[in-house]
Amino acid sequence: MKFTKKTKLSSEIPTASMPDIIFMLLIFFMVTTVLREYSGLPIELPKAKRIEKLKSKRHTAQIWVSKEGLISIEDKLFAVQDVKHIMYERRSADPQITISLKADESARMEIISGVHNELREADALKLNYSTKTEVN
Amino acid sequence: MAMKKRRFKGGEIPTASMADIAFLLLIFFLVTTTIDTDKGLGIILPPKGDTIEIKKKNILNCLINSSGNVLLGGEPVKIQDINRVVKEKLRVNNKLIISVKTHGKSRYRDYVKVIDQLKMANATRISIAESEL
Repeated sequence: MKFTKKTKLSSEIPTASMPDIIFMLLIFFMVTTVLREYSGLPIELPKAKRIEKLKSKRHTAQIWVSKEGLISIEDKLFAVQDVKHIMYERRSADPQITISLKADESARMEIISGVHNELREADALKLNYSTKTEVN
Repeated sequence: MAMKKRRFKGGEIPTASMADIAFLLLIFFLVTTTIDTDKGLGIILPPKGDTIEIKKKNILNCLINSSGNVLLGGEPVKIQDINRVVKEKLRVNNKLIISVKTHGKSRYRDYVKVIDQLKMANATRISIAESEL
């Protein structure tokens, strides 16, 4: 019996489909990232040291409070007593929602207190005071 | 003058660099989406209508006035000293609840500083009293 020695073994990885694979990855990342961004109000965030990161943007609702006392949610201005209704809706849509409060460092506490009360009434209790990192 | 007629010899787009271009785009999106994460001081608000009677000795009142001065348990303290004072008091009484009360006209900046200091002192029981005018 005669064995023919195979000499012509192609040893190349096919790269023709490489762009397709990478485009697929690209599209995956583009789809999974949250694009909903709100511009909010012009604010200067306070600084703190003991900060924690918010887990995911999907489960956060943001409230902007400017130093003049304006309250903005999803780029619409609201009065303090309306916060409760909006947050109640958001919370029933997503029970594990965290509220990210982006308030100006010069905002008065009376308005922050008002927001606290509204959130308590809406039963949205997980709150995060958005801050900048303080550098020593 | 003799004009040479150019013959079209089958055009092809070079696809060798396609993978590199796609990689570049991929990396661009990866970088631009992960950097911007929100961070801040987390706190859990008490549920509505949830009032518990607490013994007076287990409460440490922390008052912030409109000019940013802090009164901790009846004594004026500097904001950066709260951390140390509270730590000491917690060592004596670990059931201590710190009640933060602010004046309606005090600044959010001072309030965040105080909460930050309390977090540094590992105080877990923080109560936020309604601000008064």
